[in-house]
This record gives sequence, C-alpha cells and structure tokens, in this order.
Amino acid sequence: MEQRRVLEVKNLKTSFFTPTGEVKAVDDVSYHLHEQEIIAIVGESGCGKSVTQMSVLQLIQSPPGKILGGQILFEGKNLLDYAPKSQEMRRIRGAGIAMIFQEPMTSLNPVYTIGEQLTEVIRTHTKCSRKDAWQIGVAALEAVGIPDAQERMRNYPFQMSGGMVQRVLTATAIACRSKIIIADEPTTALDVTTQAQVMELLLSLVEKYKTSIIVVTHNLGLVTRYSHRVYVMYAGKIIEAGATEDILMHPWHPYTRGLLECVPNLTEDKERELVPIQGAPPRLQNLPPGCAFKPRCTCVSGLCRDEFPTLRRIGPNEHWVACHLDAEVSQA
Amino acid sequence: MSKSIPSQPILQVENLKIYFPIRRGFWGKQVGEVKAVDDISFAIEKGKTLGLVGESGCGKTTTGKGILRVYQPTSGRIYYKGTDIAEMSKAQIRPFRRQLQLIFQDPYGSLDPRQSVQAILTEAITTDRQRHSAAQIKARIEELLQAVELDLSMSDRYPHEMSGGQRQRVGIARALACDPELIVCDEPVSALDVSIQAQIINLLKKLQHSRGLTYLFVAHDLTVVYHIADVIAVMYLGKIVELMDAKDIYANPLHPYTKALLSAVPITDYAVERQRKRIILKGEVPSPINAPAGCPFHPRCRFATETCQQAMPKLTAVGGGHQVACHNLKQVTD
Repeated sequence: MEQRRVLEVKNLKTSFFTPTGEVKAVDDVSYHLHEQEIIAIVGESGCGKSVTQMSVLQLIQSPPGKILGGQILFEGKNLLDYAPKSQEMRRIRGAGIAMIFQEPMTSLNPVYTIGEQLTEVIRTHTKCSRKDAWQIGVAALEAVGIPDAQERMRNYPFQMSGGMVQRVLTATAIACRSKIIIADEPTTALDVTTQAQVMELLLSLVEKYKTSIIVVTHNLGLVTRYSHRVYVMYAGKIIEAGATEDILMHPWHPYTRGLLECVPNLTEDKERELVPIQGAPPRLQNLPPGCAFKPRCTCVSGLCRDEFPTLRRIGPNEHWVACHLDAEVSQA
Repeated sequence: MSKSIPSQPILQVENLKIYFPIRRGFWGKQVGEVKAVDDISFAIEKGKTLGLVGESGCGKTTTGKGILRVYQPTSGRIYYKGTDIAEMSKAQIRPFRRQLQLIFQDPYGSLDPRQSVQAILTEAITTDRQRHSAAQIKARIEELLQAVELDLSMSDRYPHEMSGGQRQRVGIARALACDPELIVCDEPVSALDVSIQAQIINLLKKLQHSRGLTYLFVAHDLTVVYHIADVIAVMYLGKIVELMDAKDIYANPLHPYTKALLSAVPITDYAVERQRKRIILKGEVPSPINAPAGCPFHPRCRFATETCQQAMPKLTAVGGGHQVACHNLKQVTD
C-alpha cells in the first residue's frame, strides 16, 4: 500500500512555560496522514492531542507556549520554517489545512451573519468578487446538507443549532478546498444522532473532494467506525499506533487495553464489571523519568521506572507501541 | 402483561406533565408553552435503576427534577412509597427531601468553590435540624468519604484542588449524607474522562448494592445507561416512546427512534461495528414549543403514515414488560 503522505509530522515538541515549571504538552510526537485517509488521535483530556494539532497550524499562543522542535511537512515544505503570522502560514490555514474546533458555537463570531463570515474566508483564500464568494458559500452550505442555504446565509450563529454550526464550519473547509481537515472533538458537543450526521458528512468529503481528515477524539466508538488508522496519546506522547483493526482487536499497550475495557459496550453482557484504569492522568509539569503511565499500569517492570520506552514495531503490520512489556521476551 | 409485582414500586409516576409558560411583553402575557414533559408514566422498584435516555431537549432532566419537585409539575401524580408528592406544599414535602436526592452532571459547577469538602458534607449532614456533636459529624464525614472511596485527607480540600472524578465523588457523598432512598443521577458521568467514568459507574453500582438505593439514571449515552440500568425508557420530545428491560435495547429495539439512536452509537467492538447497518436520521429534533401533531417523531420517521400525523400513539405492552408507542409496529419490525 504505497500511498502519498499529505502531512508528515516529525518529532514535534511543544511546551508551555508556566510559573510552576515546563509543561511538555507534546513530547516528540511523529505521525503522518495519507491522501484520502481518516486518522484518529485518541486520548483523554490533557494528553496533548489538541495541542499537537494546534501546533501543526502554529496556533499556539506564545508566550507561554513554544514549539521547541520538529518538522511539519506539508506539500513538500516544512511549516515550521514559516513564522506563525507570516503570509504563507495564513494561506495554509483554511486553504491547505482547515481546523474545526471543539465548541462549534464559540468558533463563529456572534455579531456577524453566517454569510459574512463564510464569504470573508472565501475571499481571503481565493480571488473572487463578493457575489461569487456568496455563491460559493451557498453551494458549500448546500453541500453539507443545510436546507434553505440562501436564507441561512443571512442568519446569525445563535439562530442555528449546534449540529448546524458544526456543518457551517465544515462548509468553510469545503469552500476553500482544504486538503486536510483537522476535526478537534467534532462531536462532543452534539447529540448522538447529530454526531452520526456530522461524521457521515466528513466521510463523504473524503470520497467527494479527496480530503484527508484527522479526527481528535476521546470517543473510541467513533474511532472504530470511521478511522483507518489510530494514534493513542498519553501524557504528551504517542504510546501506540497502527491500523484501527490492529489497535482495537489486538491492543498491546496496557493503557490502550485499559481504555477498551473501561467503556461499556452494547454487544456484551451488561453485568460485566467495568475495569476502570486506576488513578488519574498525570500532571505534565515535571514528569518523573520513565514511562508516564507507570503509576496506573498493572504490569510495571523495573525498566519502566528509569527509561521511557521508545516506539517499536510489533507484528507484521505497521503496529507500533511504546511499552517495555514483553520487551525481554520479544528480544530473546 | 400480568406480571405480578411482589412489592409496591418505590416511585410511581402517572401522567406527569411539566409545561413551562412562554411570556412576552410588559405584562408578561402568556403566549405559549413548552411542553417539556408531556404525559409520561413509569414506575421504579426498590433497589432498581431506571435509565432515561434521549437527546438534549427531550425532557429527561426535567423529568428527573420534576420528580424531586425542583420544578412544579403541571399535572399528574408522583407516588413515592404510595404517597402522592406532586402537589404537596413546601412544608409538607420537606421530610421527603432527605429521601430523594440528586447527583448533578457538572462536578465543577455543583460544588461551592468557597467551601471545603468538610464544609460541603457538614451542611448536608446537618440539614435534618437535629443536634449533632462535632465528633458525630466528623465520624459521619469519614464514613461518607470511605463510602465514595476518597482519602480522608481530602476533607480539607477545596473543589479546585480536586480532579473531576474526585469532585463527582464528593457530589455523591453529599447526596448520601442524608441517607436517601431514591437518587436522581443527572448525567453523572458525561463530564468525565472515559477512564474515570468507569470508576464512577462501578462506585454507583456498589453503593446501590450496599445501601439498597434506587436510581433514576438520566443520561444521553446509551452504552452507559445499558450498563447501569435495569429498565430503560427512551424519551423523544417530552414523551416516552419505548420502555423496556435494559437487555432488550440492543437485542430487540422496536421503536424506529430507538433503532436510529442505537445505530448512531458506535460500538467499540471492531468486528461487529464494521458490519453494522447505519440509520442516519434526517433533520433535527423539532422544538418542543410547537411540537408536531400526532407522533412527535413522524417528521423524521421512515415509516410515517397519515395516522402518525394525526394521533399520538399510546404506549402499548408487547410482552415481557416491553412497551412501545408506535402506530406501525408491524412494518417497522418487518
């Protein structure tokens, strides 16, 4: 399967410098995205999954945040060569890589109509008249399944429901012909039936416009249904990566296994006792050496205390895991 | 459905309606009403859990709060241990308040940021207006913290010093402080991370067993409700459209809305999930201000006929304690 990589992130490091110490929110993270692929970045709140995506678009507020190193390769260029406020970066945000933020309601300006905001984005990225931009906007709204698009262009965000605003944001991405859409928790604020609508919409974009999509989520169900590959993050690092099937059917890392065991599932016996992961996610300030998951892990060995496990490949497929577990066995 | 019920249900709700008036203009003239809860009936047996599921705005939280008389029911009966509490005065209901408690969704907003855990619990313990010695209160706080599996050192902490899971445990301890019999859990795990959700769900189950608690569990997450509830009621626009044993929700859902809701919930079992058929509902939940006539679900239903536009189907028993409100069950199940 030789696919073109549309985005490649290499050894990305982002830290926040707070009065109480350095917070390594993204610590040496590498991943890539193929054309027409949906990948999922999974993890709990505070694991650095959103900051990783914000770093890709250089949307990290500085200070306190700073991208310390790494490469972000998009269309043959390293995005980190550009300054955050440069013309080039501006062009890429929206036209190249679009981001749909977590809370749709707060992503739009409440005092401008949908139409004004849509056409502004379109005119920033394409040279066209107001009239044309309006038409493109209407077409984009129709493409995401908003009825009465002409009318809706004159509406303000508060006149729409959460699901509709989410569609409007997706429409902006379509109107600019973004190659990559980063959807940060696209469904958390929405109802389940609306969640399904939004995800099906994203899925249709992959086929129709050859878009590639990064979904940032904590919902393993979404991952199962929609993503091709999965990256699991914990405490700023990727701890397991691979094809969705491999990760879900044969999870290796104790954290991934824990995540799968602690969610109730409709297909299983409802009397099964959930196996929670003990404790809480660690604070990222002054993390001790060794594996960050060790205080909650059920199979800690001596190695885990001193040495952070590096990602290694297991099995014949592209299944990678950062865990000392069975290291002795597999190396022997 | 001639299943003999050995004991009287602890809570029985009959034809409960909760309407909120919409007022306009200087004189506050009533121009309409929001039918948040529209004629629903159900019962919960002691020691069991009834799960109320539905999407936002379907009236599930209003139902929970209506039963606690946070909202005044417009009409209908709420029998708690055989006594109708729907129309009691404030003074009359006061002794019942201790037995009916509430756990909130947002562990950040439901605790006073200026009170320590100790102060929060002391307030709840002393609501009975009895005399408590300092030693008694201290012992009780320790007992409560142990019950919710919190370290005793937590009692001096303030909410901002705790994680979401710990805060929710404090919320549960507060609800337990007056030895309630029925607890309305309003989305108690929705604001928590998945790994913490399981801890809280297990805790709630454990407390139910050890203390014989009865839960009305309100949530939008079907998988969580499936796991914790004995009976599930599915709500849509203020009405219960299907009521069934929890085991049946995945095995034998009947109402078209329940089916759609179920198919919208992705399952983490990869082999099963990739084979599933998806029913994607069109449109959105209509506003309860001018809810559609007839069956509230008909504008989005694939099986809607003319009857559905005119008459609201009644909840009808189909055996095994399973009740559905649908005119076209035959077509739906085929």
